[in-house]
Amino acid sequence: MTVATPPKTRGALARREARLAWGLLLPTITIVSLVIILPLIAIFWISVKPIGLADLRPVAPIVKENLLGSGEKLRIEYRVRNSSQDKPLQAIGFSDVIPEGITLKEIPEGCALSGQNFSCDFGDVDGGFNQKLKIPVELTSDKKTSKTAIRATSIATTGTGENIFTNSEFTLDNFKRVFDSSEFMSVLWATVFYTVVGTIGALLVGLFAAMLLNKSFKGQGILRGLYLFPYVSPIIAVAFTWVALFDPFSGSVNALLIQMGNITTPINFFGDRPLALIMVTVFEIWRYFPLSFLFILARMQSIDHDMYEAADMDGASPFQKFWYLSVPQLLGILSVLFLLRFIWTFNKFDDIFLLTGGNAGTRTLTVNVYEQAFAVSNIGAGAAVAVVIFATLLIFSLLFLRYLSREEGL
Amino acid sequence: MNAIRQGVLTSSVIGILWAFIIATTVSVTLSFATGLAFKPAVIGCLLLGLVFGLIAMFWKQRALVYTAIAALGTLSLFSPISPITVGEDVGLMHQIMAGLLFALAMSLPLNNMMQEVTPGALTRHAFEDAIIRFLTGFGYIVFTAIVLIPFYVMVMTSLKSQQALLKNPLDFSIDFERGWDLFRSYSELFGQFNFGNYLWTSFYVSVLTVIITLLFSVPGAYAVARLRFKGRAAFSRSILLIYMVPMIVLALPIYIGYSMTGLRNTIIGLIMIYPVTTIPVALYMLQGYFRGLPVEVEEAGLMDGLTRLQVILKITLPLSLPAMVSVSLYVFMIAWNEFLLAFMLLDDPSKFTLTRGVTMLNSSEVPRQHLMAGAVIATIPIMVLFLGLERFMTKGLTAGSVKG
Repeated sequence: MTVATPPKTRGALARREARLAWGLLLPTITIVSLVIILPLIAIFWISVKPIGLADLRPVAPIVKENLLGSGEKLRIEYRVRNSSQDKPLQAIGFSDVIPEGITLKEIPEGCALSGQNFSCDFGDVDGGFNQKLKIPVELTSDKKTSKTAIRATSIATTGTGENIFTNSEFTLDNFKRVFDSSEFMSVLWATVFYTVVGTIGALLVGLFAAMLLNKSFKGQGILRGLYLFPYVSPIIAVAFTWVALFDPFSGSVNALLIQMGNITTPINFFGDRPLALIMVTVFEIWRYFPLSFLFILARMQSIDHDMYEAADMDGASPFQKFWYLSVPQLLGILSVLFLLRFIWTFNKFDDIFLLTGGNAGTRTLTVNVYEQAFAVSNIGAGAAVAVVIFATLLIFSLLFLRYLSREEGL
Repeated sequence: MNAIRQGVLTSSVIGILWAFIIATTVSVTLSFATGLAFKPAVIGCLLLGLVFGLIAMFWKQRALVYTAIAALGTLSLFSPISPITVGEDVGLMHQIMAGLLFALAMSLPLNNMMQEVTPGALTRHAFEDAIIRFLTGFGYIVFTAIVLIPFYVMVMTSLKSQQALLKNPLDFSIDFERGWDLFRSYSELFGQFNFGNYLWTSFYVSVLTVIITLLFSVPGAYAVARLRFKGRAAFSRSILLIYMVPMIVLALPIYIGYSMTGLRNTIIGLIMIYPVTTIPVALYMLQGYFRGLPVEVEEAGLMDGLTRLQVILKITLPLSLPAMVSVSLYVFMIAWNEFLLAFMLLDDPSKFTLTRGVTMLNSSEVPRQHLMAGAVIATIPIMVLFLGLERFMTKGLTAGSVKG
């Protein structure tokens, strides 16, 4: 007699299902790893290499030709140079086609002429290499047609420079630069202030807005739509409007404050320390309160109403109902929102970049990536900041996933 | 606590605070509308707020009381205890308007706030009720103001001329005598700055992004939601993790890679990147929706001889049409509003997207009203979509949850 037991291995059907699943996921996995994983690896690689913005153009030989002089001194001039001032080039050379009707009277050293093909070889050269080849010529046609004929032929160059991205030169200078500079503390402070105050502020303001709209009255839908405006409109539109509004010279807010007699000289809202940092944080709260508002409102509307009626019967006051009934119910969504918004505020780049460009003490870590890489033209240092951001974020994300799995059963 | 919870004290404090709020609101509103000088006055607000607060408490729900307060408030503007002082250039019409607005906003809302407040000691319930009503009124005013003012300024500035803006930055009144000339900034943007082109580029880049995103995320989401395979949980977590990677960290290597491969300054380059930033969120949203669909319908399809792919095409997709609309709108919005990548990867003015084009206007050589007109052009399509399909959009925002 045999006892029926469940199969220990996966059956053919299960295997087929898994195959189909991976098949469906394959395009996504491929493209995501190409555009996200690959750059992430690249950023770690670049952060330990001494790369500047100028290194993005690869080192290459540049050759220009021209027909100059007249009579006896008529000559073709080749100007050969190294595009880089400090990087060497290996096996540099070029080849060119000499048009019909032009004969070279002498061939310089290192060059050869076979039929119409003229080629030269210079071997290995240093950075800043620059040489002129003057070759006397004889023409059978007039100078002008020869000149156009010469210009019409294209020159093929050879020569390989060391690729800065793949060579074995490594350095920790980028990280030293990032951590050593006196700016680092100010950058860190701006990041912490912006992230913490911005997140909590947006959450509280969103909670307040949600409480206002958590009742049905005429126009509730309109107000709800209106309160989402800051979030759905393009960042460039709202950021530039804020800059215009708070402009020290022609901004309406300054004009209004002066007219009301609150101030006598205009305030440079986005240009003074520490006001600029406060202003960008206020902007962050203004732009992202709609998101918390939307979520909290959705949660509020799903809270069972019977509970409030029971509380009313027991004589609870409005504040008691809020504190003892609503807040515990909202705690879940509030903490999820806090974690999500915390990470996203930490990641935020566009807003500060458009409002102040990172000046006046508003340079956060993300803006610092851009500053280092493009303003200071040091890509390596920018990448080092990006690595710091990524490491911090990884810690946040792990905490977050741990929490979210409990909250939402993901 | 009992000392504070007195009807008289509560009503006068709320009355005074409300008077300050209303006086400030009316002053700011009228200043922005006319460009003339209005400002709240302390003594007037104190006195009138006190009086109106007490009136609202003692006599409730009477039409006569509303009228009296309204008349008194309007008249007060011409007396020494005016709650709003006006500049010398303010005409009689505007002065009456200020008084009327102030009076109206003092009568009805104050009556509403004082509904449960009676003279003498208050119950905790009545006291807190009054405070909550006051905070509610305050909230409506503040939120509406902070949301509307920037958009109002944006639209109005785009309709002004350079001289008018410099003369009085507060004057946002429209000079209708200029006729079609009002829209001069817009016609210059479309005529000289090539904005028609940018609008079209932004449009087709966004639409292509939506299509590509859906092509990738629908099969992926289905697999994560329905099929059993090893590593499913890990996969759906890593989607969320990818979502947390900041764009600026990726933008740097992408910039380097594109510079070296010559993809910089091409629209193709943008279209290759945009969907990847939206696929994780779309996948996350869709798999949530697919999970909510009844499995039985799909199983019935399988029993009837459909293959999995046919099930997806013929059963799952038609059923999830609302979710697809939400996801599409949300992805469209992200692509349309995208700034960072367009800014870093595009330098050639003939290939700009709208956001990149507006950024170009932010220079000292281009007048302010052109910049604001550009901002309006970038905002209107999104607003139209949002207002027309608000239900789907809100759903998309809620499900997409985190993307900032």
